[in-house]
Amino acid sequence: MNAAASVSAPAAVAKRPKRPRGSRLRAAALALPLVAFIVVTFIAPLGTMLVRSVHAPVVADAMSETVALLGDWDGGSLPAEAVFATAARELLKAREDRVIGQVATRVNRVQAGLRSAVTRTARRLRGLQPESWRAAMIETHAAWGEVDTWRALLLAGERYTGRNYLHALDLKRDAAGDIVAQPSEQRIYMALLARTLAVSLAITLLCLLLGYPVAYFIAHAPPGRANWLLLLVLVPFWTSLLVRTTSWIVLLQSQGVVNDLLVLIGLVNDDERLALIYNLNGTLVAMTHVLLPFMVLPLYSVMRTIPATHMSAAASLGAGFGKAFWRVYWPQTLPGVGAGSLLVFILSIGYYITPALVGGRTGQLISNMIAFHMQQSLNWGLAAALGGILLACVVALYLVYDRLVGVERMKLG
Amino acid sequence: MDTQDPSRRPTSGEGAGAKTADVYVEFNGVHKTYDGVTPIVRDLHLTVREGEFLTLLGPSGSGKTTCLMMLAGFEAPSAGAIRIDGRAVDAVPPRKRNIGMVFQNYALFPHMTVGANLAFPLQVRGLDRAAVAERVHRALRLVRLEGFEDRHPNQLSGGQQQRVAIARALVFEPRLVLMDEPLGALDRRLREEMQFEIRRIQRTLGVTVVYVTHDQQEAMAMSDRVAVFNAGRIEQVDSPEVLYEEPRRPFVASFIGDNNLLRGRVAAVDGDTCDVRVGDVVINAFMVTRHEVGDDVVLAVRPERTGLVSEAGTYTNEFVLRVEDMAFLGDHLRVLTNIGGHGFVVKIPNIVGHGGVLAGEGVHIGWATLDCRAMRPPEDESSD
Ligand SMILES: Nc1ncnc2c1ncn2[C@@H]1O[C@H](COP(=O)(O)OP(=O)(O)OP(=O)(O)O)[C@@H](O)[C@H]1O
Ligand SMILES: [Mg+2]
Repeated sequence: MNAAASVSAPAAVAKRPKRPRGSRLRAAALALPLVAFIVVTFIAPLGTMLVRSVHAPVVADAMSETVALLGDWDGGSLPAEAVFATAARELLKAREDRVIGQVATRVNRVQAGLRSAVTRTARRLRGLQPESWRAAMIETHAAWGEVDTWRALLLAGERYTGRNYLHALDLKRDAAGDIVAQPSEQRIYMALLARTLAVSLAITLLCLLLGYPVAYFIAHAPPGRANWLLLLVLVPFWTSLLVRTTSWIVLLQSQGVVNDLLVLIGLVNDDERLALIYNLNGTLVAMTHVLLPFMVLPLYSVMRTIPATHMSAAASLGAGFGKAFWRVYWPQTLPGVGAGSLLVFILSIGYYITPALVGGRTGQLISNMIAFHMQQSLNWGLAAALGGILLACVVALYLVYDRLVGVERMKLG
Repeated sequence: MDTQDPSRRPTSGEGAGAKTADVYVEFNGVHKTYDGVTPIVRDLHLTVREGEFLTLLGPSGSGKTTCLMMLAGFEAPSAGAIRIDGRAVDAVPPRKRNIGMVFQNYALFPHMTVGANLAFPLQVRGLDRAAVAERVHRALRLVRLEGFEDRHPNQLSGGQQQRVAIARALVFEPRLVLMDEPLGALDRRLREEMQFEIRRIQRTLGVTVVYVTHDQQEAMAMSDRVAVFNAGRIEQVDSPEVLYEEPRRPFVASFIGDNNLLRGRVAAVDGDTCDVRVGDVVINAFMVTRHEVGDDVVLAVRPERTGLVSEAGTYTNEFVLRVEDMAFLGDHLRVLTNIGGHGFVVKIPNIVGHGGVLAGEGVHIGWATLDCRAMRPPEDESSD
């Protein structure tokens, strides 16, 4: 037989006959609701958020003329009287329009301590017709006599700004406009991001370590038993996240089951019970538990396709279990390992509820900081910038994965 | 010819457990059950000679794979012993048995190239790089796949994958190779080609092969000897010719080639032959095993060993049978008749004289005593 000849590519795949236009349109129409749903609930909010991270219109709108005048300002000495007059007029206008609070907040974010300068000036200047607006403003608040205040106003007036991203990266612009690091006591976000990435990596490894043997066991169990085991893996999916997290509190708190047991068998003294929860440890344990199925399922689906005869064949060829596993089995599960790890890692760097409930102070992740800025400090621009950085991390990770493994080799289930 | 009642060990042609020099594999009273209740392999005695091509042939579920797995070490016998090259192997794990194995679905490692697949058993054995390359090359040349080192298994046709699987099972030069339905996934033409190929390789290397199939033609075409399995038991072990010409069990008679099986009762015995009453007729038959008058027996008559009687007295058995149905198959006529209440198929070669055979009419058929074998019915066997 001519071996080489019969290898030739499999018979050319027959071209699929073109479907009539109408039916293609109908098929596309069927997908429309889903497309609309994704656009409304996912792409639109994502877009809005990204826009919000760079778009700061409040001051630019309320004090547009002042900002425009400040554009021609040399920045070295106090601005001219005309600038003061315009600023006073626009502050008063903003007060009438009831946006003065927002303006004050924005300016205050650029330079702490300016909130009262803005609000008090707007209140006091009402009804005045002073000779010199400059003198009057400096009289109501000394801050107006400082160059930095006006620079802050100019910066706050930028309609499109990288300020939030700089802030999220623990950077800022100094007086000269150069990008410099924040003072060390204010550098929190990068450290938090680093912690988030490290915790996510740790959770991913824990899930892999715990999930791999489980998936192996299920994939190679007899079919009946495999279904039951798979069900057990899926049970966490059907239990409310809150219930699961609360169970961990019951187990791990200092008066909880685990500590009680440890005290009972004498490993730990009653008065020095271990702090297992409300710290980094709580976040690690609870999140690993929550995310484990996302590791097990892709692994299982890949392992199920590996015939049991591969390990038998390796053994018949003289390989012990270790060699057979590392050279024959493990490489074939890599698509599942990659998919599961990517899934768990991406889910954990954005995880919010579990660290909020059981993370205490040391177990907080970047998403908790985002939530703080969304709900407490109301600095949505910064929250959006932090979210944008998180998104960039995920995309970068995905690209690296694609480069190293190839996304088309990923098996999600 | 051997006509004495065979012992409980149907390994005719050799004394079971005989310690002849060229015995390489020996199953000695091997039992196997997976659940502790259902017997899968029962009281198996079988020897494989050095350099022999022995096929385990039997219907699906008859325990062939199980036997192979016990030989390879993936399953342990529930009772009895397996010896390879004179040594009991109960305690030897599969990886230490040095047995080449070809799995039904090849079990090639898809993430490795052909070269890496072949190198695997050599690297595991710690051979150096040059020796590995040399042997891989030699094995590929043996299966006529030179230059395929860098392909991945999924870039090969089924037949080529099969060759790689065979090469991998041979590359570390085992003395024994096991093959479990290695051609099951191939189409007919390729299967026949590979049968010759495997046989050629086996002869070239002189390696001992235990081969499993449920295709009797494949077994006949390739084997030195065939062990016919039925429900966990070996019915007969013999060369293909002997199996065909001298089946000793109704199961073998019906499994190998075509046979008419007729149930009857011995009416008279005369030396090696007997008269058997089947329904309302009496048939003269050769006794494979010794029987007494009154014994129930099964008669086996091959359709092609019957003939049209042109002159009365040509055969020891001659009957006029009614043609119930017939089919023209080119080189022969296949005629369904009835004898003593049993359906009876007759094969009439397409030569002069068959024109007189008409459906609904009688046809004069005969066969010789030696072409009609009387055997113990299968019930006798399962009673123990
Ligand atoms: N691991 C196992 N556990 C339980 N029963 C098994 C196992 N393997 C095989 N069996 C049973 O043993 C019997 C014989 O199986 P075996 O695979 O040896 O048959 P076979 O002769 O190879 O059949 P086939 O031609 O279909 O491959 C079957 O009834 C099968 O269901
Ligand atoms: Mg089988």
